[in-house]
Amino acid sequence: MVISLDHVVYVYPDGTPALRDVSLGIAAGERVALLGPNGAGKTTLALHLNGVLRPQEGQVRVAGRLVTDDTVRETRRQVGLVFQDPDDQLFMPTVRQDVAFGPENYRLDDVPGRVERALAAVGMQGAGDRAPHHLSFGQRRRVAIATVLSMDPGILVLDEPSSNLDPASRRELAEVLTGLDVTMLMVTHDLLFALQLCPRSVVLAEGRIQYDGPTRELLADAGLLARFRLELPYGVVLDPTDG
Amino acid sequence: MAHRLSPASKIVAVTAFVFIVVLTPREWIVTFIGYAIVLGIVLLAVGVRPARMARSLVLEVPFVAFALLLPLVGPDPSGFAGLSIAGMWAAWNILIKASLGVLAATLLAATTLPVDMVAGLQALRLPTPLVAIFTFFIRYVDVVSHQYRRMRVAQEARGFRATSPRSWPVLATGLGALFVRSFERGERVHLALVSRGYDGRLPVPEAGMPRSWPLAAMLPVSALVILAGGWLASW
Repeated sequence: MVISLDHVVYVYPDGTPALRDVSLGIAAGERVALLGPNGAGKTTLALHLNGVLRPQEGQVRVAGRLVTDDTVRETRRQVGLVFQDPDDQLFMPTVRQDVAFGPENYRLDDVPGRVERALAAVGMQGAGDRAPHHLSFGQRRRVAIATVLSMDPGILVLDEPSSNLDPASRRELAEVLTGLDVTMLMVTHDLLFALQLCPRSVVLAEGRIQYDGPTRELLADAGLLARFRLELPYGVVLDPTDG
Repeated sequence: MAHRLSPASKIVAVTAFVFIVVLTPREWIVTFIGYAIVLGIVLLAVGVRPARMARSLVLEVPFVAFALLLPLVGPDPSGFAGLSIAGMWAAWNILIKASLGVLAATLLAATTLPVDMVAGLQALRLPTPLVAIFTFFIRYVDVVSHQYRRMRVAQEARGFRATSPRSWPVLATGLGALFVRSFERGERVHLALVSRGYDGRLPVPEAGMPRSWPLAAMLPVSALVILAGGWLASW
């Protein structure tokens, strides 16, 4: 298991329990959707994977290594975290500086080459000298992904990657993500995006994992969906055996 | 060419020029004319149009207003045409130094992108927190001003018009909300920073052509030569 959470408990400083008892394993190369209603603790869980938050009970292991003060820096290089709002992720004045930010912090070799390859991987080659606020929202989302790809992370954690995208940008993003050779955990409300990209889904509700199985089976089961306050877009009905 | 000089060399050259101007005694009128000619030649050489120079001089209007008062309120108003001679010298001193300073700053602004300015400041070993603040300011000033504009549109869409002091509480509440949102964004940006290995230093590469420093130094060195001429003439 490249990611493993073992009985993780996390309570926010104001006493709100976010994760009550979460155990989860993800194998190398898997693409997993993390689903659940608002406030279920999905983003909190994602922040545990690169050590921004630490469990108050239980353990988080990334690539077999326990996430501790000593290992957190290396963990962050291995786990690329892409935030929901690209304006939070893109903090440097130009795209090139932003994509180079991680590799320069880690003193990785061939930074210009890494920047070019990362931008090419998301279809944004040639945008290096542009300012992030001059890009469209969809372009900014793709550049945000390039900012972590330049660190060669084995694991990509995406928070709501398809939110606020128009249909064409959403399709382009799906093409970019399917082309990447990484383990992926995707926090999302977009069930069809999850179906398209992630064979496996995990449902988090009230701080616990309530479902862990094939995405298609979950989305075809109206009873399960209703229980977790998940809904497919109007008029969409899935055949559990299709695809 | 000035656009390709290293930002650090330009910042130092312009700052040195302004220092020399400020330190020149106000009585050396010919020296100031010399500075103005040198600066004017450089400005025209790098392609700054007179219209832009005039626009930037608008910045000093409040100081001009103050300076114009000095001959009227200065001591001993019995000098030339009933005006205070000391006041006139003080006004001249403010006007000429402020104008040369503003035009020198225009030279820097016209040839250096904000991004490069930050790189230059970092190359000059400005404290890292200050460089970080400048960097984030350049990046987020648009984001925050867009947010403010959307908020104003939303207020006006529901019939709000800022016409009298009674509307100030609404404006103040809006600014407060903007502050809180920016603060929260700051926290999220910090998370994004540490997620990519941020340890308190921003990597900003220094750019610029070789031999920047001798070229950039031509401005303050010319000013120094003129200053030396003025000093000799004053003997």
